[in-house]
Amino acid sequence: MIKFQKVSKKFGTGSAALFDITLQIDKNEFVFLVGPTGSGKTTIFRLITREILPTEGDVIVSDWSVKKLPQIKIPALRKKIGVVFQDLKLLNDRTVFENVLLPLEIDNKDLLVARKKVDEVLGQVGLSSHRDKFPVQLSGGELQRVAIARALVLSPEIILADEPTGNLDPATAFEIVNKLLEINKKGTTVIMATHNFDIVKNVQKRVIALDKGQLVRDERKKK
Amino acid sequence: MSERRSELMSFIKTTTQNIRRSPYQAIAAIVIMTLTFLVISFFTFLLVGSSKIVAYFESKPQVTAFFRNEAKQEDINSLESKLKDSGKVSSVKFVSKKEALAIYKEQNKNDPLLLDLVTADILPSSLEISTYKIGDLSQVSDTLKGSSIISEVIFQKDVVSTLTSWTSALRKIGIAAILILSLVSIFIILTITGIKISQKRGDIHIMRLIGATNWYIRWPFIFEGMFYGVVGAFTGWVVSTVALVAATPYLSDFLSGIPILPASPIFLLELLGGELLLALVLGAFSSYLAVLRFLK
Repeated sequence: MIKFQKVSKKFGTGSAALFDITLQIDKNEFVFLVGPTGSGKTTIFRLITREILPTEGDVIVSDWSVKKLPQIKIPALRKKIGVVFQDLKLLNDRTVFENVLLPLEIDNKDLLVARKKVDEVLGQVGLSSHRDKFPVQLSGGELQRVAIARALVLSPEIILADEPTGNLDPATAFEIVNKLLEINKKGTTVIMATHNFDIVKNVQKRVIALDKGQLVRDERKKK
Repeated sequence: MSERRSELMSFIKTTTQNIRRSPYQAIAAIVIMTLTFLVISFFTFLLVGSSKIVAYFESKPQVTAFFRNEAKQEDINSLESKLKDSGKVSSVKFVSKKEALAIYKEQNKNDPLLLDLVTADILPSSLEISTYKIGDLSQVSDTLKGSSIISEVIFQKDVVSTLTSWTSALRKIGIAAILILSLVSIFIILTITGIKISQKRGDIHIMRLIGATNWYIRWPFIFEGMFYGVVGAFTGWVVSTVALVAATPYLSDFLSGIPILPASPIFLLELLGGELLLALVLGAFSSYLAVLRFLK
């Protein structure tokens, strides 16, 4: 599903974010991406979504090489991937419902079908009663769930969750992780970047650890 | 089909939101568009009106040539044929001495003294000539003056040439004013759209990250430009049409005898159609320029 082939990434400033990363994530896997701040977790997500290009090597997502992917096909790649951004990236001037509807609008889905789907997904993440609220009216946990709902709504093949439990209390954090596990059980590949080692310890899933841009641990290799 | 409809609805929804959330910018764009189309409407009225006035004068006999008494009918016929063959003359009418007397009598029917003194013999026969173009009047007049059977040539050179020069000046001023205002409109809509794009840069980045195509992002801005154009054009047309209708009684008195008012509803609707089309093009073009400039 996702392959990193000897991927390195250096930014224009000269700072290096990733060194010679080779890894493979299979369909339906749940993977924790761990490592300290600046270890390269977000860079990995940005490479998968083709927000940036690798300096060396290549990234393959669903048989598409992000390096060779023409500009015009980038939207199609991104529609296969639901992203829960670290800073959530919700549109503050749109309601919860409108935020979750956005990917369906972008995908030109029939409006009636789309509205039904949004209601269904909001129900799944427990936000039906908040559908007409704006992001500023929600708590941190609720905002995370809106971001998850938006990532889920197009039924993507892959979900990338970048620190989705950051700044949340432990109970809410586990609630969010359980939601992602549920999604994974339904057949979606989930990659979750996190600092929260309690969660990683409690959820027995594959762990990929990064440090200063290098792959330092991949638990599946140990197995 | 349904996908296209929902895409269009989504663009219209985003456009409406953008307009609602920055009303002052929207008002500025609409005001400048209204001003542009107000000027376009007024100059169209002036140009069409003056062209019709010129056409009216052109349709009247413009050169009258009086024959000498000794002029023979065959010479008159030959001169008439020569004028017709020139290709410049739209009509030639021969007025005989008898017809001239009838006209004289009609014009002076309330003055028996004048009628008693005049007989057909003392009135000259004449030719009344119209040309297709006003510019050909002088040449026709010169041809007639060169003929030995003509005693006098009269033509409305001054009226028509003054009108022509006025029409020509109006056309130039009108085109210049329309071009300048159109350019100002383009720059103002370009700037307003640019500001809006800058304000929404964060949202645009998010939309791109979740799979929006360039055109998904561009269309609402282009629709917005078209909306400003259409509202401005319609308002400009309504204001100018109301002004024209209100001024029609006074203008009709001033232009007595020249049948150009009231303006035909078909003409006014054609003007509206043309202006709406131009507005769509202006609005779409200026916002597209902004999109190209600010949404690389």
